[in-house]
Amino acid sequence: MSRIKIPIGPQHPALKEPVNFQLALEGEKIYEAGMRLGYNHRGIEKACEQRTYIQDVYLVERVCGICSHSHSTAFVQAVEEIAGLQIPPRASYIRTLIGELERIHSHLLWLGVAGHEVGFDTLLMYTWRDREIVMDLLADITGNRVNYGINTIGGVRRDVSAGQIADIGKGIDALEERTKYYIQVATEEATLIARLSKVGYLSNADALRLGAVGPTGRASAVDRDVRRDDPYAAYADLDFKVIVDNHCDVYGRTLVRVGELMQTYGMVRQLLKQMPEGPITIKAARKIPSGEAFSRYEAPRGEDVHYVRANGSEKPERVKIRAPTLANLSSVTKMMEDNYLADVPIIIAAIDPCFSCTDRALVLKDSGKDGDRAMEWGALRKYGIEWHQKRGLDFSAANKRLAKLMEAH
Amino acid sequence: MTETKKEETISAELLAQFPFLDGQVKIQRARRLWLETPADQFDAVFERLVDGFGFRILCAITGLDEGENFAFIYHLAKEDGTVAGLKVKILKTNSKWKSVGAKFPGGIIYEREIADLLGVQFEGLPPGPRYPLPDGWPEGQYPLRKDWQPADGTEERKSGQ
Repeated sequence: MSRIKIPIGPQHPALKEPVNFQLALEGEKIYEAGMRLGYNHRGIEKACEQRTYIQDVYLVERVCGICSHSHSTAFVQAVEEIAGLQIPPRASYIRTLIGELERIHSHLLWLGVAGHEVGFDTLLMYTWRDREIVMDLLADITGNRVNYGINTIGGVRRDVSAGQIADIGKGIDALEERTKYYIQVATEEATLIARLSKVGYLSNADALRLGAVGPTGRASAVDRDVRRDDPYAAYADLDFKVIVDNHCDVYGRTLVRVGELMQTYGMVRQLLKQMPEGPITIKAARKIPSGEAFSRYEAPRGEDVHYVRANGSEKPERVKIRAPTLANLSSVTKMMEDNYLADVPIIIAAIDPCFSCTDRALVLKDSGKDGDRAMEWGALRKYGIEWHQKRGLDFSAANKRLAKLMEAH
Repeated sequence: MTETKKEETISAELLAQFPFLDGQVKIQRARRLWLETPADQFDAVFERLVDGFGFRILCAITGLDEGENFAFIYHLAKEDGTVAGLKVKILKTNSKWKSVGAKFPGGIIYEREIADLLGVQFEGLPPGPRYPLPDGWPEGQYPLRKDWQPADGTEERKSGQ
């Protein structure tokens, strides 16, 4: 059978974010996959060096729109370690609480996307409706649905009231009921099981070799979770199980995430029950003494790591971020091998990719008049046409033929 | 301190095997260890950490511009949560370093990132697309170098590109 190479992305209906895969196909089967990343590079690490620590807290929070709290927590933890700051226990409980609520909204979002990618849109509608419960709770506590802005160096910026604690409890009860139903769907719905099983296989050995993290790794029997192995914030006080599965396919990744949701509800209840009284922040100096720290955080997609080096000034010397998706992408090309082209969307979706996190670092080209940062639609279209013409892609003749045909009718 | 007993054992065993590490191993707290190795001894120390002590997880590689040198920190973790930050420095004038891609295929992308942003050549890095800068990025521009400043875009605006 003849072999053919096709590109998918960076702009493609099956992708939610820009990435480029080059797939080598034999018929409908993929025998080799390559990828090109970097389309969301915004230069955040460099920008961090030019801003103060406090400004950086808000900047790193915008590395990602889904796991924003993961990045801000990983960053402040590193800075607090360098400065020798012990944050009050209540602050560490509130950080953990927001982190787990974030995991709930992220996993429910994923479950919906996964349903959509395999044509099970009812699941998408259900999970995204239910996800609003946790979004409302987050908005109530922090003021925002995403990019909560709750972290600061030395603690958190908002306290949780008794009324909010009661509301979170009620919300969690409702979500737990719904999640039990999703577990029932995931374990009993024959079409869903058949659709997801054996798709995007990643053996335990490959997962270890390629360094897969989070639910992607845990679904290939990689028993690792930073919350348990290298506890931070309030995780040392919590009782929970790390969900590991050995299906090694998209089905396993689904089971791990729904299982984790149930663990998270238990953790949120413990946090609400054990929440210590007291202050929520301690004063931090603007200048951070020289030093370095390495901070790990179990984000919804896996281990997120931040390295910070301080030089005694109010701006960091270096901030290095490694988001979980970057660690998981090497595994994606492996997962695609020997699979059908039609499975590509769900294989990519199954690692719950986040390319803005991965690339972090934007080259924005201004066009038009001086100081005019926005580009008119017409100008953008013209720019696009010329850009392609320069590279040998000229559709003007085809367009003329089309216009003639239209006239004839 | 019993809290850092495991880390102290690792440190003592490292010093016994590699006397040149004397004064270069630092225990920051429980589960956090930093050490710096001379560039010519990197392979031996790296192998001892990964295969000997079981630091089999490569969390990240940080590349740093330290003026005259480039420094790399290999953030290696063990299953029990201990993380060793293994540092190594090379002269900027000879910006060549070796790839650890053979041992950690997942680390190749971390090396490509350092190659693009700092301008370091990793020997042994398999051919492949660059990351993360765009294909048309000008030669010799390394954004994470300390002396690199982003252009203000005036020229591009004037020429209408």
